[in-house]
Amino acid sequence: MTAITTAYPATWRRPPFIADGRLRWALIAGAVAYFVLAIGGLEINWVRIGEGLERGWRFVAAFARPDFLSRWDDIALGMQESLTMALTSTAVGILLSVPIGIGAARNLVPRPVYLVCRAIVAGARSFQEIIIAIFFVAMVGFGPFAGFLTLSLSTIGFLGKLLAEDIEDIDEAQAEAIRATGGSWLQLVNYGIQPQVMPRLIGLSLYRLDINFRESAVVGIVGAGGIGATLNTALDRYEFDSAAAILLLIIAIVMLCEYGSSLVRRRIQ
Amino acid sequence: MLRIEGLTKRYRTGDLALEGVDLEVPAGQVMGLIGPSGAGKSTLIRCINRLVEPSAGRVFLGGAEVTGLGRAQLRAMRRRMGMIFQEFALVERLTVMENVLSGRLGYVPFWRSLSRRFPPEDVTKAYRTLDRVGLIDHVDKRADALSGGQRQRVGIARALVQDPDILLIDEPTASLDPKTSRQIMRLIGEICSERGLAAIVNIHDVGLAQMFLQRIVGLRHGKVVFDGPAEALKPDVLTQIYGEEDWTRSIRDDEEDGDAARADRKHGDHAAEPERERLAGLT
Repeated sequence: MTAITTAYPATWRRPPFIADGRLRWALIAGAVAYFVLAIGGLEINWVRIGEGLERGWRFVAAFARPDFLSRWDDIALGMQESLTMALTSTAVGILLSVPIGIGAARNLVPRPVYLVCRAIVAGARSFQEIIIAIFFVAMVGFGPFAGFLTLSLSTIGFLGKLLAEDIEDIDEAQAEAIRATGGSWLQLVNYGIQPQVMPRLIGLSLYRLDINFRESAVVGIVGAGGIGATLNTALDRYEFDSAAAILLLIIAIVMLCEYGSSLVRRRIQ
Repeated sequence: MLRIEGLTKRYRTGDLALEGVDLEVPAGQVMGLIGPSGAGKSTLIRCINRLVEPSAGRVFLGGAEVTGLGRAQLRAMRRRMGMIFQEFALVERLTVMENVLSGRLGYVPFWRSLSRRFPPEDVTKAYRTLDRVGLIDHVDKRADALSGGQRQRVGIARALVQDPDILLIDEPTASLDPKTSRQIMRLIGEICSERGLAAIVNIHDVGLAQMFLQRIVGLRHGKVVFDGPAEALKPDVLTQIYGEEDWTRSIRDDEEDGDAARADRKHGDHAAEPERERLAGLT
């Protein structure tokens, strides 16, 4: 063997993401300039912040002595409404999002069905819960029914989209095998698809249940009933100790949901 | 039994996977289909049960035309063709029994399959078939708890409970070790002769094909380039199917050409030596 000597370089650098050096530095400079200008554009009123800090401190201090008792009837009613709203809207949301989610899976349905179901999902997802809640309050009046409608709609958007994506990601071979036996479309869904997506669907549904409970507290602020309405009233009256009690209860229930759903999810995997 | 006339498949991407394939498989014959990757073997067997829709040509099963059937008739036709897959294609989270019973889906109404209340005859048939493939003790296990060889046995049982006239078998041993591969091929051969079933077996392993199959069809670039008995697979034929390569070592050594094969094998052992060293170095 004759040794052929070639001089190889001893250093190597990863090629930059933006190859053009000038463009790269221009983008960085632009981002920095924008950030500086944006900070400068904030109008900060230090007097108001000073006043607000004091109120804020009273609010924080109220957590040390939350008052569950003086407004207990209102709190209990609000909690009951919120829990009802969360459970019913999750149940209705799941029932409606399963057919819509199946319809929005490209690999399972004809194109027109796919487009219609995708449009429903996109529509349900396009607005934040508060905006939908304001709309439903205007439509059906104040109270938990508006909240129920809001949360059902956003559950459809959430579960429908994630279920459709899960179905599009399945192992096609398993579905193909069911098709090859001469099974019908419904049998294909039941044997070829459902076993593959079920654990994730259950997990997502439980997750959505605790989202819906948390959201039920938010939509109440715009008049859609539930614990949010009670919280809003307490804050309007500067009853920070009652408000603290409500917030502590919300935290406790959310943590309970979280713990419960992670327990179930671990079992079904 | 199965007749294919002028079968052509052009995919939407423009790739011509099959070009005017004519083929006939008589009842009870187990035919091997070999050819390089991308030759159209998988497409061919999927065009027979129309998991892939052929672009042109006709397929007949027992005198009835498969191509051109409507949805419901196609489903009824698919019951007569059992399919066995490369990566087994079992529904992983269902039990062995559910996987086998899914072979009956074409026969039972939706509500029965949904509630898993299959007719008693079907359940008995599933038990009997599971016993035949040696899995009677694994009925309630989930499919993903089984080994590769066991899974392929479930796949075979699923195809058999369909009461098919023909088996379409796509690379049955591609994900199995050599010993299990032989066992699976032997099982397929035995079952086909027990039941007088015809079969088309896509297979990569030329040696295995020669060992278990009588008739071999070679496919290259979507066309049939060889059709003959397994013994006729000589180096020049393999070159015709796969392209230029030293084929002497891949061919099974029969008694007739034992000397040449033995010499080749010796040669082969030497060639395998550095390979083994390289692998040892990797561990």
